[in-house]
Amino acid sequence: MKENRILEVNHLDLSFRLGNEVNHVIRDISFHLNQGETLAIVGESGSGKSVTTKAILGMIDDNGFLGKGEILFRTSRTGKEDEIVDLTKKDKKYMQKYVRGSKIAIIFQDPMTSLDPTMTIGKQIMESMLEHKKVASKKEAMAKTIQLLDLVGIEQPEKRVRQYPHQLSGGMRQRVVIAIALACEPDVLIADEPTTALDVTIQSQILELIKDLQKKTGVSIIFITHDLGVVANVADRVAVMYAGKIVEEGLASEIYYDPRHPYTWGLLSSIPSLDGQDEEIYSIPGTPPNLIDPPKGDAFAYRSEYALEIDFEEQPPMFQISDTHFAASWLLHPSAPKVDMPLVLAKRIAAFNERRSQE
Amino acid sequence: MDDRKERFNRVQLRDSKQQEMLVGSTTPFLKDAWRRFTKNKGALVGLVAIAVIFLFALIGPYINEHAYNVLDKIHINLPPRIPFLEKLGIFDGSEGNYNPYIEKGFTNDYFWFGTDVLGRDLWDRVWMGTRISFYIAMVAVGIDMVIGIGYGMVSGFFGGKVDMVMQRIVEILSGIPNLVVVTLFVLVLKPGMVSIILALMITGWISMSRVVRSQVLKMKEHEFILAAKTLGANSFVILFKELLPNIIGQIIVMTMFSIPNAIFYESFLAFIGLGLQPPLASLGVLIADGYRAMITHPHLVIFPTVVLSVLMLSFNLIADGLRDAFDPKMKGF
Amino acid sequence: MTKFIAKRILLSLATLFVILFILFLLLQFMPGSPFNDEKLTAAQQAVLMAKYGLDKPFFIRFWIYLQNVVLRGDFGISYAIKKDMLVSGIVIARLGTSVRIGLQALLLGVSLGVLFGVISGSKRNTWMDSMATVAAVIGVSIPSYVLALVLSFVLGYKFRIFSITYQVDQPLWSSILPTIALSFFVMAQTTRFLRTELIEVLASDYVKLVDAKGVARPKVILRHGLRNAMISVITILGPLTVNLMTGSLVVERVYGIPGIGSLLVEGIQVNDYNVIIMIAFVYSALYIFVNLIVDILYGVIDPRIRVAKGG
Repeated sequence: MKENRILEVNHLDLSFRLGNEVNHVIRDISFHLNQGETLAIVGESGSGKSVTTKAILGMIDDNGFLGKGEILFRTSRTGKEDEIVDLTKKDKKYMQKYVRGSKIAIIFQDPMTSLDPTMTIGKQIMESMLEHKKVASKKEAMAKTIQLLDLVGIEQPEKRVRQYPHQLSGGMRQRVVIAIALACEPDVLIADEPTTALDVTIQSQILELIKDLQKKTGVSIIFITHDLGVVANVADRVAVMYAGKIVEEGLASEIYYDPRHPYTWGLLSSIPSLDGQDEEIYSIPGTPPNLIDPPKGDAFAYRSEYALEIDFEEQPPMFQISDTHFAASWLLHPSAPKVDMPLVLAKRIAAFNERRSQE
Repeated sequence: MDDRKERFNRVQLRDSKQQEMLVGSTTPFLKDAWRRFTKNKGALVGLVAIAVIFLFALIGPYINEHAYNVLDKIHINLPPRIPFLEKLGIFDGSEGNYNPYIEKGFTNDYFWFGTDVLGRDLWDRVWMGTRISFYIAMVAVGIDMVIGIGYGMVSGFFGGKVDMVMQRIVEILSGIPNLVVVTLFVLVLKPGMVSIILALMITGWISMSRVVRSQVLKMKEHEFILAAKTLGANSFVILFKELLPNIIGQIIVMTMFSIPNAIFYESFLAFIGLGLQPPLASLGVLIADGYRAMITHPHLVIFPTVVLSVLMLSFNLIADGLRDAFDPKMKGF
Repeated sequence: MTKFIAKRILLSLATLFVILFILFLLLQFMPGSPFNDEKLTAAQQAVLMAKYGLDKPFFIRFWIYLQNVVLRGDFGISYAIKKDMLVSGIVIARLGTSVRIGLQALLLGVSLGVLFGVISGSKRNTWMDSMATVAAVIGVSIPSYVLALVLSFVLGYKFRIFSITYQVDQPLWSSILPTIALSFFVMAQTTRFLRTELIEVLASDYVKLVDAKGVARPKVILRHGLRNAMISVITILGPLTVNLMTGSLVVERVYGIPGIGSLLVEGIQVNDYNVIIMIAFVYSALYIFVNLIVDILYGVIDPRIRVAKGG
């Protein structure tokens, strides 16, 4: 593993047993997370992005099982040099004791249901500090909790710690969930659609908060979302997932200004533009394929306007576009016909570029 | 890699191949529920047990030469004796070291479940009793369903003051323990088939009406109901037609749970002396009569108790299976 | 919260009043009164009727009755069981035993039920879960009197470990069998209910988040799972109480326990109406009281009700 990487997923397979059938939710995916960066994993629901994070946390349901592949994680140890562990080889006890909450933390989508309704928020934040022995006493835990609440932008933290979740608004609850995630100063923070369930105005506040916290703490972030628009200002790099595979990966600028995979085109076209001047919002036709019997070739071909015959026969390899930009589409093969991205998208990117040069 | 040029031709398949892949197959709700139900071993065991008991209740009384209501001063309190099995040392007509069949010279008589203190054949009485228990439960639960659905629909549909009054009535009724209502009702009406059925249905419909009412309240806001109303159609009828498929699962499950409940209450009433009057005898009456002689003639209480217990257990197993089958939460993803 | 409790108490009292009225109404229709005895002459009957105030108009009788009940706890006198004794005296003398055995059964049943429910719900689809589930479905299916008969036959008669009947001089030892017989349903029902609730709670987002915090599994189950699941379990205390009362009628009869259950059965058999009515009233009052407690407990335990919104 390269020096600057904190997490690396290599050729991971993950399936779920459903009666006599097997659902291949993740099919041979590889990606990495650099120290201190934000990686956005983008895809429709069912593309396997959330399950990937569950695998990293060792929280897969009982009917799920890993196939081949590894999840390498750089574990910092006080006073010693870093150790690289393969999380797929570790048992549940290890994951609970040494990884979840303490090294890798997660924020879930819906703050309304993420907090225990019968416990004060103070206790819920303190719980993981005490569990992982990050503090010496309850008193210290309380002091740290109040600091944390302050850090995530909750006013009157001394009063809030004694309150129950139902006394807080959705935005505040998500701040509490973020405080819980940061309680043990984790190295990696997974944000699983942290803004989807929130109002638009609150959404941008939470995004700002996450960006701000990264600056202050240096935490590396995996940001899961179905909406490329949400992460435009947050992500350093973007990985686009479809049907259990990563179809395109690159720096944020490369994905937004030079997308290559038809699926990424579709996702970008479906972002409503801020000025609202667009004729209509595009949506990709159809639904993701059934992964109990995954399609042979490019899984997106069945919904794509740009499908080639070979797409139905053979899996496209990852074509390299730049040092950092990769895409798995037969359109990038030298023999493929020249195909342009949809006009709407091209126009939009041109407009972006223009605005960028003006600024 | 095969680099033939034509493989890189654009495809315009949106209508055929692509669409085929996009349309997933959906299993119909009831079929799906049935599939899940049949996977439940407990429920299947229950179903088979009830089928067997039902069969015996139908034909049991006719397959021996005795009758359930004939008094016989000679063959009294005989323990069970079954041909073939007696050779194995069980059901050989003995009570401890004493065998009345041999002592009294009834060597050619076989009473499969024995006889009671009046010399009536217990085999016949148990199956006749099962019939009555079935009958009472089915009728009570049937009426429950009708009243429950009707009450819930009226209360939910008309709303306002009607609903308010009807719900206060439900509240007070559910504030009285079942036990008190059922007992006093039978006491006032005098014990008998009709009064027991009436007593059972007086409390049974409440939960059904609640389910129906809340469903109606939900559906009333649906557009097709509003549309039907403005068009002058009989929205009550439409509501009923649309309502049933929505709550059929819940109704089936609740019904299956209230059958063992009704059977229990009937036997309970018999046990406290408010049961059916002779010559009718339900399982509860048989148990209540038999338990006094439990120590000297255990067969009198054992057979009806076993049948009653198996019946209750089976109905509960089926009900559990149905609940799990109809519960969408249990559905795989 | 205070307002909520006051409202609930008021509603409970109203329900009790309605129940008393219904009971009194039923009293008027009870057939086969002891005064119908054929050996009595018409004159003797009239004397009896006058003595018991049965010849005055309905509402006046109810008014007198209501005053007696509310002010003096007087439900009239016994016609048959203990002739001319105050019913209230007879019932209250026997109430203690019934309540004690009922509470014993409730305690035993709920504790075992919680234990099995937690095991069953947290170790889903293991052999322990299957055992608990099977035991629970048997428990809710087998009537308590059947269990009482089996227990007294096997442990009392065959093995002579316990006495077959209740002994007044050994109130605890001889109440073990009836307690077990009564508690079985409570145990089974609690197990079933808690299992379902716990499975639902353990699948909830907030338990997933606790899991993601790296909290050890036992703490996740007890601190978050059980605590939230128990809130719903409290609601079945009402139905459980009715079941205990129903069970006590037959179980007290089987074991010859001098409680109000067996007294009610006796009263039914000899048509001693005042006894029947008072016990019916006591049962209703108990049930309403338990439901009231449940409502209040619910508010105390669940912060969503206890702590007003906002602030």
